Amino acid sequence: MTTTTIKARSQGREATRPRGRAAWFVLPATALLLVFFFYPIATIVWRSLTEPDAGFGNYTALLHDGLSVKVLVRTLVTALIVAATTLVIAYPYAYAMTKVRPRTRAVLTVIVLLPFWTSLMARNFAWYMLEQRGGPIERFLGLIGFDGVVLLGTVAGVTVAMVQVMLPFMVLPLYSAMEQIDPRLLDAAGSLGAPRWRAFGRVYVPLSVPGMLSGFSLVFIMTLGFYITPALLGSPQNSLISQVISERVSKLLDFGGAGALGTVLLGVTLLVLFIVSRFGGPARALGGAVTHD
Amino acid sequence: MNPNSQEAARGIRIKGVSKLYTGTSHPAVDEVSLDIADGEFMTFLGPSGSGKTTMLSMLAGFVSVSAGSIEIDGRDVSRLKPHKRDLGVVFQQYALFPHLSVTKNVAFPLQQRKTPKAEIARRVAETLDLVHLGDYADRLPGQLSGGQQQRVALARAVVYEPRALLMDEPLGALDKRLRDQLQREIARMHRELGMTFIFVTHDQHEALTLSDRIAVFNEGRIEQVGKPADLYERPETLFVAEFLGESTGFRGTVDKAAGILRCGGHELRAPRLDPELDRCAGVAVVRPERLKLHVDDTEVHAEHNHIGATVTEIVYVGDRHQVGLRFADGTKGLASHPVGSPLPAMPGEGVTVSWDPRHQAIVRDHAGGPAAPAAVPAGA
Amino acid sequence: MTEATETREREPVKAQRDGGIGWGLRTAVGLTALLLIAPTVVVIPMSFSGATTFEFPPKSWSLRWYKSFFGSEKWMYALLTSVQIGLLVAVAATILGVAVALGLTRSRFRGRGAVRQLMMAPMIMPGIVVAIAIYGVFIRWQLNGTAIGFVIAHTVLALPFVVTAVSTSLAGYDRTQDIAAATLGATAWTTFFRITVPQVLPGVLSGFAFAFVTSLDEVVVALFLQTPDIQTLPVQMYNSITLEIDPTIAAASSVMVVATTLVLLVPQLVRRERRTR
Repeated sequence: MTTTTIKARSQGREATRPRGRAAWFVLPATALLLVFFFYPIATIVWRSLTEPDAGFGNYTALLHDGLSVKVLVRTLVTALIVAATTLVIAYPYAYAMTKVRPRTRAVLTVIVLLPFWTSLMARNFAWYMLEQRGGPIERFLGLIGFDGVVLLGTVAGVTVAMVQVMLPFMVLPLYSAMEQIDPRLLDAAGSLGAPRWRAFGRVYVPLSVPGMLSGFSLVFIMTLGFYITPALLGSPQNSLISQVISERVSKLLDFGGAGALGTVLLGVTLLVLFIVSRFGGPARALGGAVTHD
Repeated sequence: MNPNSQEAARGIRIKGVSKLYTGTSHPAVDEVSLDIADGEFMTFLGPSGSGKTTMLSMLAGFVSVSAGSIEIDGRDVSRLKPHKRDLGVVFQQYALFPHLSVTKNVAFPLQQRKTPKAEIARRVAETLDLVHLGDYADRLPGQLSGGQQQRVALARAVVYEPRALLMDEPLGALDKRLRDQLQREIARMHRELGMTFIFVTHDQHEALTLSDRIAVFNEGRIEQVGKPADLYERPETLFVAEFLGESTGFRGTVDKAAGILRCGGHELRAPRLDPELDRCAGVAVVRPERLKLHVDDTEVHAEHNHIGATVTEIVYVGDRHQVGLRFADGTKGLASHPVGSPLPAMPGEGVTVSWDPRHQAIVRDHAGGPAAPAAVPAGA
Repeated sequence: MTEATETREREPVKAQRDGGIGWGLRTAVGLTALLLIAPTVVVIPMSFSGATTFEFPPKSWSLRWYKSFFGSEKWMYALLTSVQIGLLVAVAATILGVAVALGLTRSRFRGRGAVRQLMMAPMIMPGIVVAIAIYGVFIRWQLNGTAIGFVIAHTVLALPFVVTAVSTSLAGYDRTQDIAAATLGATAWTTFFRITVPQVLPGVLSGFAFAFVTSLDEVVVALFLQTPDIQTLPVQMYNSITLEIDPTIAAASSVMVVATTLVLLVPQLVRRERRTR
């Protein structure tokens, strides 16, 4: 059955158009990306090795300037916390999406996509208002006994906002992994004597690992590169790597130093992507809905 | 029979057609010749990869012809584009236009032919009635069941009254009940339209039920062309015998002068032998319903062949018993025994098997390879 | 005894499967939904505030920030700039992206997988690195602060979205239809315009919308490419928080939220309309 269909298709192609003529269609876009995307990134790496002097001076300077290493570690820890928090919040939500009626599922999908749709500046402005001194979050925390907690200007404030915007990127891969799990497996485990919660932990959770892996790595990578959220909601004392890179370029025009930091960031990103692709669950499981902050 | 007469000019003539796909060494279709009469229901039957679909694709014009020619009513169409051949095609996966309603799908070919609007409306309505889909005219294909979609595809392919209708495994995607129902509808459409139908399938029952004639394809060649009953009763090759229905094969050596097939210690009567087979390895092929089972050889008809066997299993299949047999040389066989009459033996017991030599077909054995099965088990 | 335990154990399982989800899960989902919705919702009432600070919830109501937004030459110029750049980006990215999607789905060539990955790269690379990289070369090529510079940079960032959207709809297109149309008497042109285009159009439209919104919403690269002469709306918004504390941003945010939602929703609605027709 399948073979006949495939055969019919390839035969059809032979008849209707010369093989592979459409291949040339990818050229203009490829050229655009090579000139205006890959070449610029290559120059950044190149400049980190040549400006002001040739060699690894910029990189050794990062180790000794007393700030860069601290910022890098802070950024990695923040990204880990954001990814972990997002996973914890997203897991029940995605699980619920597999359980409810289709109509409710549609509503839950729209809600989860909301941060992705919402204008980035509008969203960060909203968090600015909510987190500011005297804002609703401080007043609410005051009501339940935590006085004077102002999130604005702290890493915690940045983290909260990042978790919100990263939720779609965790929920969707989780949902698509969970959707594949046959619910009868839980019944089967139950019939073999496992209590419901243990069946869930032993059968369901392991089967959802591909979704967790793909969501976690995606959120981790994207959080590393966030710029606007830490710039608006954080503070220079608690800056993340993007802020330092930006500052070096815009204030000092130090492309060498910024390039070195950028190359490190790029390296971490590619390393995570590589590791994840080795496990078979690359981030593209999401189907390509990623934003730039 | 006279190629110059008017009668012979009408119809589809395939003359020595071959297809060699680039990058392959074996031709997908190898010098196939076939005449399809006007109004005939012709089926290309064969396993996947036998060349039947490629042959159909060349008829339709999707695939170019490497050698030979295809003529429709005496006109060579081998080099014509698909839409210039005036043929209707039905695809296995329907290939309906999902964004157009049933009516618009069926109207599409008429619009391409610049048919006047009023006539389009009339003919679309008529054709939808023909396939019993008049009530679904405004639906989108996605809102129809598989069987209904295939009926739309049929309507779309015949509405412009093409010279012939080609169907590539049109029932392959449907479940059995729908398949039977659509088979009857296709047969009815063929009667009502009187159009030439060319039907590709790997399903022998479909082929036997529907066709005026069947061309059995194997490895790019036609093994045999004939009426369903001829193919079933008088297969000319072991492949045809195996592919169409179940049978038991007795291997031996042909002795034309004596009119027998020497088969181990047995001599099987074999009248009307093909002289070409003399002294060759041959197989006597017998259909299960032609094998009679007896307690011993005392009641066997004098003119009939008979041979001893052991019953290996008995399966009740409703209208008959299927009796599995094993012969002295290890060959396996299959007989069907009517439900009404008592079984002469139980599994493990001996039995005598007999048949009328007129109901056997002697065919040339496979190239003598040891891998060739000694007999054909059920459903092979 | 055995029977009783069995029924008791089986009951909750059944209840859970039939009745959807339990109360604990319901609460968790509700709180998460609140977290997802809150920031978007907050922006709208804030824009109708009567106060001159970012006080929330507002104590008085007015339209002053909308007046200030639509009455300000600076804000209007930023909005116009963003819309113009966004439209150019959408057109460019759609043309290039449709071509790429066609090339990737309708032909087989060596390096096809590499090209596909290449196209997705702008989505996954850290935004700040992309921004300083483009800024670095644009200074040399004198493209920063120019409209063409913005359009090129944003087209690069928008391409993956178009390629994804169009590839998805092309992959769902059954090409046997082309062959079927040919047997029914249609020429290649007729087939393309009457059969292919109507089915692929929703994907192209949503690619266009994604590209437009990507450009309209982009801040990081725009912050580097800006000059006093050319600023996009998100850059103006950024500056109004960090430099000026100008509550007009509340009105601007509302406008952005409504605009992006509409732009992204329209292709979805068109698609649904077609499907249920």
